[in-house]
Amino acid sequence: MNLTDHEKAMYDGEHGRAKARAMDLLVRYGEALGAERLVETNNVAGAFNASTPSVQAIAEKGMEHVYSELNLDSDEVVEVPHMVAHTCQLITGIDNDNWELQGVDKALVDMQRANEKYLGRRGVNMFATCTPYQVGNVPVKGEHCAWMESSAVIYCNSVLGARTNVEGKESTGAAALTGRIPYWGFHITENRRGTHLVELDVEVDDMMDWGLLGYYIGEVIGEEIPVLNGTGRQPDLIKLKHFGAAAASSGGVEMYHIPGITPEADSIEEAFGGRKVKGTFRYGAKERRETYEKLQSSTEKKVDFIMLGCPHNSIDQMALIAHMLENKKIHSDVQLWVHTPRAIKQVAERNGYIDVIREAGGVVMSDTCPAISRRLPAGTKVIATDSAKQAHYLPAITGVQGWFGSVSDCVDAALTGEWNGRV
Amino acid sequence: MDIVTEAKPGTIELKGRKVVAGRAEGEALVTTETISGWGGINERTGTVIERRHEMRGVSFAGKILVFPGAKGSSGWSAYFHMTRLNGVQPAAMIFTRMTTKIALGAVVTRVPAITELDQDPLSVIETGDWVVVDADAGTVTVTKKS
Repeated sequence: MNLTDHEKAMYDGEHGRAKARAMDLLVRYGEALGAERLVETNNVAGAFNASTPSVQAIAEKGMEHVYSELNLDSDEVVEVPHMVAHTCQLITGIDNDNWELQGVDKALVDMQRANEKYLGRRGVNMFATCTPYQVGNVPVKGEHCAWMESSAVIYCNSVLGARTNVEGKESTGAAALTGRIPYWGFHITENRRGTHLVELDVEVDDMMDWGLLGYYIGEVIGEEIPVLNGTGRQPDLIKLKHFGAAAASSGGVEMYHIPGITPEADSIEEAFGGRKVKGTFRYGAKERRETYEKLQSSTEKKVDFIMLGCPHNSIDQMALIAHMLENKKIHSDVQLWVHTPRAIKQVAERNGYIDVIREAGGVVMSDTCPAISRRLPAGTKVIATDSAKQAHYLPAITGVQGWFGSVSDCVDAALTGEWNGRV
Repeated sequence: MDIVTEAKPGTIELKGRKVVAGRAEGEALVTTETISGWGGINERTGTVIERRHEMRGVSFAGKILVFPGAKGSSGWSAYFHMTRLNGVQPAAMIFTRMTTKIALGAVVTRVPAITELDQDPLSVIETGDWVVVDADAGTVTVTKKS
């Protein structure tokens, strides 16, 4: 791989052992990809935290052991200097406030807090959310990023027009210390053009519609780049956040174009950029219904647990849920957890939304989600969620049955204890 | 048709590109389905756990893993990284579809890995074949099980 003088100096250890180990990983990774060089990045979103039992044995030796082994793939234990790139922590396994409700061991909570202290001082900003773009990290068009989290990657590439591949724990750890990532994949303009056309024969309107469309597209397209035609009404952050998370769950979609709406294409022609259209799919009432059916993995009407907020809720979603729960009480057999980034939780608190949700019997969670933590309320057998992503992962990971539907169907299930959703 | 290179009688040689250096040999475990890291494998046993995966319940520990590549969460590399720390990593990886997940995952699993082969490894190699991966030489040598 071709390295610049500065990169060579870092590789040779002139800027300390941590950067030397980080460069070693980036060179091994770049060569594995077949990349010719690295690209500068000043925007890293990764998983640095220690919150799982498997990390405990390493963390007991010291947090520099965790970073060296798990974030740099280094056998040599290095002192971790301050991050060079703007860096943030994505979602974690533990809600720092509601850990008891999650059933987390106190020793793990202490480990996560000690780790946050260690990383915080070194410049890893503790957003602790899967949606860094909701709480201040909004890259601009063309900005080279090194992000993990499939739902954030697809938003970053498609809606913001910034450039990132799906990075991992080790590559983000190395990028944060060097400000470099392999120049490969979505960093290169030609690789960002559309491959398949998706013609929409039905109007895609509310959040559930966008989730269904995303889940359908991921299934039929896999890892290709869809170009959507005929979406009708203007979507917003909430809808595209859902759409992308769904497409990245059922498939491996990391980039899409909606001509006239997403920033890299004003027309279908521009979206394909001269590339041959590999195939066309039509999404109509039949596909919509079939996708809805696929997302249901439950036959039991009685529900125990309602999960809202995946990807983490925006403030407007928090306002809507609070409005729906105003002066109401959720069913005594049901637990309701609503997930939002900690920064948005503070705004929701100030607006009184948290009080309304709490008074109705719900819990507002931050920092984590059930799929990442693998923790549900004890005894949960049947869940309902407004997220296609959670409906996809939770039954597979935790063995529960799942219902998927609109926010109002989920809130209705929380109030009645029964699922009565429909498409 | 002479696309099959006869390295020595009874063996087939495939040529490809090194992803991670090194040499390993062992029994092949072949799947035509991509594998998920996070949520798809048990990192303590090296076993595939994904529901509806054709290899569900099968461990790749010590095997030459032949597969299309990675899918799913960005936690792919972290989970295969853990299989190495737990001593249940595959002996080598042979795959057909390059992505950042599989590249980083192979690097941190630190096993010989190879791709861009001149024949489709998913059809040439079968589970149980004896396979030698020499990533530096860019070769995969297959001895068919009898």
